[in-house]
Amino acid sequence: MSNRIGKKPGEWINREATLRFSYEGKDFTAYEGDTISSALWAAGEKVLGRSFKYHRPRGVLSSANHDVNVMLTDGIDTNMRGDVIAVRDGMKLEAVNTIGGVKADRNRFIDSISPLLPVGFYYKAFHTPRRFFPFWENIIRKAAGLGIVNFNFPRVVKRKSNTHCDVLVIGTGPAGLMAALVAADAGLEVTLADENQHAGGSLTYDRAGASEAASKLSELMGRVKTHQNISLHTASYAAGYYTDHLIPIVGENGITKVRAKAVIVATGVFEQPPVFRYNDLPGVMLGSSAQRLIHRYAVKPFHSGIVVTANNHGYRVALDLLQAGVKVSALIDMRALGEASVLAEDVLGKGVVVHKGCCVYEALPSKGQMGVAGAVICTYDEVANQANPSNSFTLECDGIAMSAGWAPAAALLYQAGTQMRYDGTTQQFVPAKLPSGVFAAGKVNGVFSLEQRLQDGARAANEVLRYLGKNALEVSVDRYVGSSPSHAYPIVPHPKAKNFVDFDEDIQLKDFVNAAQEGFDNIELMKRFTTVGMGPSQGKHSNMNAIRILAKIRGLPVEKIGTTTARPFFHPTPIGHLAGRGFHPHRLTPMHAWHEAAGAEFTEVGAWLRAAYYHKPNLSKQEVIQEEALAVRQSVGIIDGGSLGKFEVQGADAAEFLERFYAGKFASQAVGETRYALMLDESGVVVDDGVVSRLAEDVFYITVSTSNAAAVYREMQRWLQIWKLQIGLINVTGAYGLINVTGPNARVVVGKVTKLSLADSDLPCGGIRETEIAGVAVRLVRVGFVSNLAYEIHVPAGNALHVWNALMTAGESHGIRPFGTDAQRLLRLEMGNHLVGHDTDGLTNPYEIGAEWALGMDKPFFVGQRSLKIIAKRPAKKRLVHFMLEAGFSGEMPFECNLVMKQDEIKGRVTSISFSRSVNRVIGFAYVDPADVNPGAKFHIRTDSGSMVEATVVKAPFVQLERGE
Amino acid sequence: MKLLQCPMNGTRPISEFVFGGELRAMPNPETSTDKEWAAYVHNRNGAPGLKKEWWYHGPSGTWFIAERNTLTEEVLRTYLFGQETAA
Repeated sequence: MSNRIGKKPGEWINREATLRFSYEGKDFTAYEGDTISSALWAAGEKVLGRSFKYHRPRGVLSSANHDVNVMLTDGIDTNMRGDVIAVRDGMKLEAVNTIGGVKADRNRFIDSISPLLPVGFYYKAFHTPRRFFPFWENIIRKAAGLGIVNFNFPRVVKRKSNTHCDVLVIGTGPAGLMAALVAADAGLEVTLADENQHAGGSLTYDRAGASEAASKLSELMGRVKTHQNISLHTASYAAGYYTDHLIPIVGENGITKVRAKAVIVATGVFEQPPVFRYNDLPGVMLGSSAQRLIHRYAVKPFHSGIVVTANNHGYRVALDLLQAGVKVSALIDMRALGEASVLAEDVLGKGVVVHKGCCVYEALPSKGQMGVAGAVICTYDEVANQANPSNSFTLECDGIAMSAGWAPAAALLYQAGTQMRYDGTTQQFVPAKLPSGVFAAGKVNGVFSLEQRLQDGARAANEVLRYLGKNALEVSVDRYVGSSPSHAYPIVPHPKAKNFVDFDEDIQLKDFVNAAQEGFDNIELMKRFTTVGMGPSQGKHSNMNAIRILAKIRGLPVEKIGTTTARPFFHPTPIGHLAGRGFHPHRLTPMHAWHEAAGAEFTEVGAWLRAAYYHKPNLSKQEVIQEEALAVRQSVGIIDGGSLGKFEVQGADAAEFLERFYAGKFASQAVGETRYALMLDESGVVVDDGVVSRLAEDVFYITVSTSNAAAVYREMQRWLQIWKLQIGLINVTGAYGLINVTGPNARVVVGKVTKLSLADSDLPCGGIRETEIAGVAVRLVRVGFVSNLAYEIHVPAGNALHVWNALMTAGESHGIRPFGTDAQRLLRLEMGNHLVGHDTDGLTNPYEIGAEWALGMDKPFFVGQRSLKIIAKRPAKKRLVHFMLEAGFSGEMPFECNLVMKQDEIKGRVTSISFSRSVNRVIGFAYVDPADVNPGAKFHIRTDSGSMVEATVVKAPFVQLERGE
Repeated sequence: MKLLQCPMNGTRPISEFVFGGELRAMPNPETSTDKEWAAYVHNRNGAPGLKKEWWYHGPSGTWFIAERNTLTEEVLRTYLFGQETAA
């Protein structure tokens, strides 16, 4: 039986293109442009889904992109919304959330036991005894949720694009279209977005059986489509409002991030269902849903129906139904006085019986609750909110259209920080105070007649022009006259309940009463206890009624109840739209490709990728690290240190700057000498350390740790502004490569490729020389961090690989071995050198790590000095010591961060610990009681399992220093 | 995403900036008492309102001062340190 009717002006279907698809194993046809719901409804299918909790049969409710009772799967995608997704040829669809099909769903029995499952049931029934909870949780988790995710979902990359405009207009109803045209005519660049397949908003469906709306729409669209200043995006919803007018517009193929100078929200309203028993049967639908089916898809919503209303919109719906050939046997008006406008005369003139002061007491289900068989009508006292079923009659019908009022689609306004107020004239929340640059127009602004909405759009556009400093007109909007578009309380109690407030979550009127009795009588608490508005439509058809019900229960005006918080996203947004490529660039050293070829395993250090160790066949990671470290101790190793931060300070005040910035002394530093540099913050906490080299009287070269480089440089720049010293500060981190050759044979190897004398007398530890290696100008530094004979070679990045290769060749006969950061950590530990940020934390002061020697306390000033003077007066709380475990230790290995205990008191923690093959012991650093710092002192480490391991304080370095040759 | 005006580079997204804390005058380390110094180092005024703050534009390495109302999230003006009167 086809419900398709003759061509409607502006219909959204293309009758030239017929598509085939299946639903629940049965074949159907559709026209191009049909949604899944409209195609099925056209074919006479009424049960399109099962409800979330009670598994009740459901049909279309709103056709407004939030009919979440109709969710389907095609086996790959799931939770496809029937009123949003267009039919594609060959689709094989099934309803989600059923066992054994939508009609024979084996979970339908749950509806009959629903009195046993009141709201809050889960919270109360399953939390004790606690040991049974995992059992119940398993069952509840299976019952909850809708579609099943297919983990073989094909990977589809959705594009992300950005656009900028003067004004973004959201919503293409009459207010939005007019706003866009006025703004565009004044020369603004306008982006216009609408979630529907076609623009027009209510003009596309709310026509009251007349042609005015359709002709207004074609007039406006004729101008919009040809306007060069307007960019129109349909089938694209504004998903959220983010600071400074950044609004993601989500379309089928991706997200467009719109950055606008101003935003006009003309998002309209959501129709709200009146609440009565069995208002959820397939065939009971919102009036606007019936209108959408008729005018967009040329589908008859039902054949012989009634309209129940509490505003003038029900009369408009009746006229549209009549025009579509639907028999309207009665119009039930819940208002005692009914409707006084010409609409009412029109409806009466067409022979529809109007029952004023009456309500639908209950809808009567057909067999299996698969549809509507009739309705029980009785008188209704709208002031006392009392139905009088003793005075009732029954009407036969196969459908009910409901129109009782609206709720503003104000999610974006709320997200932007709009203060809303409850307007008594329209019985609706409307904007009271809008944030800067955000404007509202049309029904969301409480403006209802077509003429007024057009005026309101023009007014909003002029306000945008004024906001942007352009010439603007004063546009006034006529005051609203006529009956209220929304009824204050369209809710009919029924002793047998099943009068649904929230169709997503199957919440009935009595559930709110129960929640309030339990004490959850604040809107946010009530939301969480009943779960109203927490379903996939996020309360688009239920929050307003929930607020009205709570207001009634508490005897408060609606505005005292307030609303729940609106958060992005406005519609369910597939995660694929949000997922993206990781824009997380890594910095690579000049030798990166060499390390890769040599089998390096890389690790992230700050923004850099560094070689952690080099894989060797048949060796574990730990064995490789020990081997690499041993090569350094026994002969020579080479490591790429190119990621270290490198800065140059030049100028007359260069030494003065370093004196103030670092704790040590640099004014007395000789040219060609390097010094340790300890950086503190103003509270005296150790932040970083590095090496300062003096290249000339007024030129210093500084290296700092990789991960702190950006922050250290930033602080240098800031202090420079404050101190106003005469220096030039340059970050040369990427400009220089850095190679460290270390071990007893380092001097021999480096000596082969440079003419510089490397003798102790010519280049002592801590010296820096500018020289040549393999024909390339380099800075050569004698250092001692990982062994006491090491050369750091700083070379312009472009030449670094050349020098690296020359050193590898020179070291070949000595078995030179590249080592990574893991071996480096072990080597510096063997040397007894702490790592700032590893052996220190955000509270560590220099005294605790034994760095008194690095402090120039007699200088006039350095950052942190004043705080150290205070700290020095106080007793130390802990000190960092070197320790060893007993020889041949074979107990439970302590880890970094295991606590150091003295009796039952925490005294400190382990900061570094490792087995060292060179020492043949487990060695490490730990903070201990300041009384226990002398070599030979014992302390206890508590391991993860709680057992105690004894450790002995020793003097560093752990390894015998090599003499070299 | 919030936008912020760098006095040298114009309006840029907030992800390009680093917050540098409130602009506060350092007491004289020579003459201040331990208590005064500790208050300067450790105490921050968390009450919302108009604040002068350090901000850093990362890509260009520019430190500047932003006058920001931390209650309304409005940035009234930005200028380079020491150029308040010229701004």
